[in-house]
Amino acid sequence: MALEIIESCVNCWACEPLCPNQAIYEATPHFLIEADKCTECSGDFAEAQCASICPIEGAIINQLGEALNPPGSLTGIPPGRWAAAQAEIAAR
Amino acid sequence: MDLPVIEHSPPAAAGCNASSCGSTARQRDGLTDDIRARVQDHPCYSEDAHHYFARMHVAVAPACNIQCHYCNRKYDCANESRPGVVSELLTPDQAVRKTLAVAATIPQMSVLGIAGPGDPLANPARTFETFRQLALKAPDIKLCVSTNGLVLPEHVDELVKYNIDHVTITINCVDPEVGAKIYPWIFWKNQRVFGREAAAILIDQQQKGLEMLTTRGILVKVNSVLIPGVNDRHLPEVSKIVKAKGAFLHNVMPLIAEAAHGTFYGVMGQRSPQPAELKALQDTCAGDMNMMRHCRQCRADAVGLLGEDRGAEFTLDRIETMEIDYEAAMVVRAELRAQIAAELAEKRAMAHSPTAPQASPQPIHFQSRTVKPAAAAGRPVLMAVAARNGLVAVHFGHASEFLVYEASANGARLVGHRKTESYCSGDQSCGDADAVLARTITAIAGCEVVLCSRIGYEPWGELEAAGIQPNGEHAMRPIEEAVMSVWNEMLAAGRLTAGSIAAKRA
Ligand code: SF4
Ligand code: SF4
Repeated sequence: MALEIIESCVNCWACEPLCPNQAIYEATPHFLIEADKCTECSGDFAEAQCASICPIEGAIINQLGEALNPPGSLTGIPPGRWAAAQAEIAAR
Repeated sequence: MDLPVIEHSPPAAAGCNASSCGSTARQRDGLTDDIRARVQDHPCYSEDAHHYFARMHVAVAPACNIQCHYCNRKYDCANESRPGVVSELLTPDQAVRKTLAVAATIPQMSVLGIAGPGDPLANPARTFETFRQLALKAPDIKLCVSTNGLVLPEHVDELVKYNIDHVTITINCVDPEVGAKIYPWIFWKNQRVFGREAAAILIDQQQKGLEMLTTRGILVKVNSVLIPGVNDRHLPEVSKIVKAKGAFLHNVMPLIAEAAHGTFYGVMGQRSPQPAELKALQDTCAGDMNMMRHCRQCRADAVGLLGEDRGAEFTLDRIETMEIDYEAAMVVRAELRAQIAAELAEKRAMAHSPTAPQASPQPIHFQSRTVKPAAAAGRPVLMAVAARNGLVAVHFGHASEFLVYEASANGARLVGHRKTESYCSGDQSCGDADAVLARTITAIAGCEVVLCSRIGYEPWGELEAAGIQPNGEHAMRPIEEAVMSVWNEMLAAGRLTAGSIAAKRA
C-alpha cells in the first residue's frame, strides 16, 4: 500500500513536511515517495496528507494508477474546457 | 459572517471631507503621524521615496496552502511580472547571501521581502530561518512578508520576534459567497476543504491576523485583486473594513487572466479589468486612505528600484564569487540614507510652502517638485508618460510601461501605471508591431496625451486617430513639470473648459 508521485509534480514542496512517515523526498526531476515507508497515512490521518495539499491534478496516484485528484477536481476547470483551451493555444 | 466595523472616519455625506479636518491624529491621507513617519521614506509606500530606494524579494517559499482561481502552480513564465511568478528557488542560506550581496552593491537597497512563489507562512521553516539570519547579519534592512493569511494568526508572535517591518495580506473578499468564486479549496487542519466553507475559514483567519498585527503595531498593507463581476462591487466594503481594522494602505491590483496562463479564470474566459475600471475602483476605495498608485506588482524575485529589475546581476553563480564586506557596506548605506532623508524632507518642506522659489537646485535631479499651475479652472486630464527615473526619457516604441498622471489645477498626480509590450526592440524587425501598437493604445485608453522622448511617424498617426495626442517635446524633462506644461498649454488653448469634453466626445 503506497502512493506514488509522477512526472506532473511541480516540485512545490507542499507535501514533503506533512508526511507522518517521512516517506517523501526531494529528487530530480521531481519529488518521490519511498514506497516502503508510505502507509497512505492510515492510522495517522483520515486522508492521505500529500494528496490533500498537492495542487496538481494527477500528480499523485495509487497502486491502481488512479489519480487521487482527478482532472477538474482541484481547479474546477471542466476537463473538456481545458482540452479546448489547450487546443486553441496550440493552433495559434 | 460577523465582521465588527469600527468606523474612525466621518461619513462622507457629513460634508466634512477628511482633507478639511486635519487637526486630529489622522491626517489628510488617513494616516496617523506615527504611521506617516514610518511610510513617508518607505521605498514601497511613498511615491517620493520609491525613486530613491530599492527593494528586493527572495523566493524561498515554494509551498502554498490555498488555491486561487488566478494562479496556476504549474507554470513559471519568465516573461511574466505577475506576483508569485519566480525563476529561481533559493534555500534560506542562499537567500541571505544574495540579500547581503545586493545590499552591498546597491546601497539604496533597503527592503527585503519574502512573497513566494507560494505562501511564505506555509513554509515557516524556510521563511523564518531567512528572517532570523537577516535580522542578525543585516539589521539595517527592513523585512517584509506577504501572505494569503490562512495561517497568519499562529505566526504573528514569530513575526514580531524578527522585527518584521510590514506585512501584506491579500484579501479579495470578506463575504464567503464571493470567496467561493475566488478560492476553490484550502488545506486546513490536515484536510482539503472546498467551496464556501473554505472561503469562510480563510476570511476569518485573514481578519483575525490583520487585527493581531495592527494591535501589535506592525504595518499592514492589504492587496486585493480586482476581478470584474466577482468582487468589483464588493471591494469598497473590503476597503472600509480593513481600514477600520488599521491597515494603512489598500492596494487594488488588476486581475491578469489569459488562457495561456492555464488559470481557472484564464481558461474559463473571465475578463481582466479595463484600466478605467481599475482607476474608478481605486478612486472609490481611496476615501481618506492612501492608495498605492505607483505599485508595479513587482515580481516575487525582483531586485531593484520599483519598476527596474536588476535580478540578472545577482544569479547564484555570481553571488558565490562576490566578496562581501557587509560592515563597510552598512556605513555607506547609512550615509546614503541620511542624504536621501534630508532631500525628501527638503522636498516636502518645499511642497508645503507655495512661496518657496521654484528653481533652487537639487542634488539629485531625477524627481522634481510638482509645478504649481496657474490658478485657473480647467478640467483634469489624464496623460500617459514613458518615463525613467522621474524623467520623460523613453522612446514610445521602447516603453514597457506608462505612468499615468492626472493633471489639474491642483498639479500633477501619479494615479497609476499601465503595462505594455515595447512594440519595437531597436534594430530587429518589429514583427507583430501593429497588434502590439493596438494593445498599447488600448492600455492607455482614457489618456488624452502621451508624453515620450521620441515617437515614430506611424504610431503618431494611430495615436491621433485614437484621440490620444502624442507629445515628444519634453524629452528629458522631469515628469511633473512636463505634464503641467502640457496641461497649461491645453488650458491656454481653451481645451479644458467643461464644454470641451462634450465637444471632444461628440
Ligand atoms: S500518503 Fe501519507 S504516508 Fe504516504 S507519502 Fe503521502 S503523506 Fe506520506
Ligand atoms: S505537493 Fe504535489 S506538486 Fe508539490 S511537490 Fe508534492 S507531489 Fe509535487
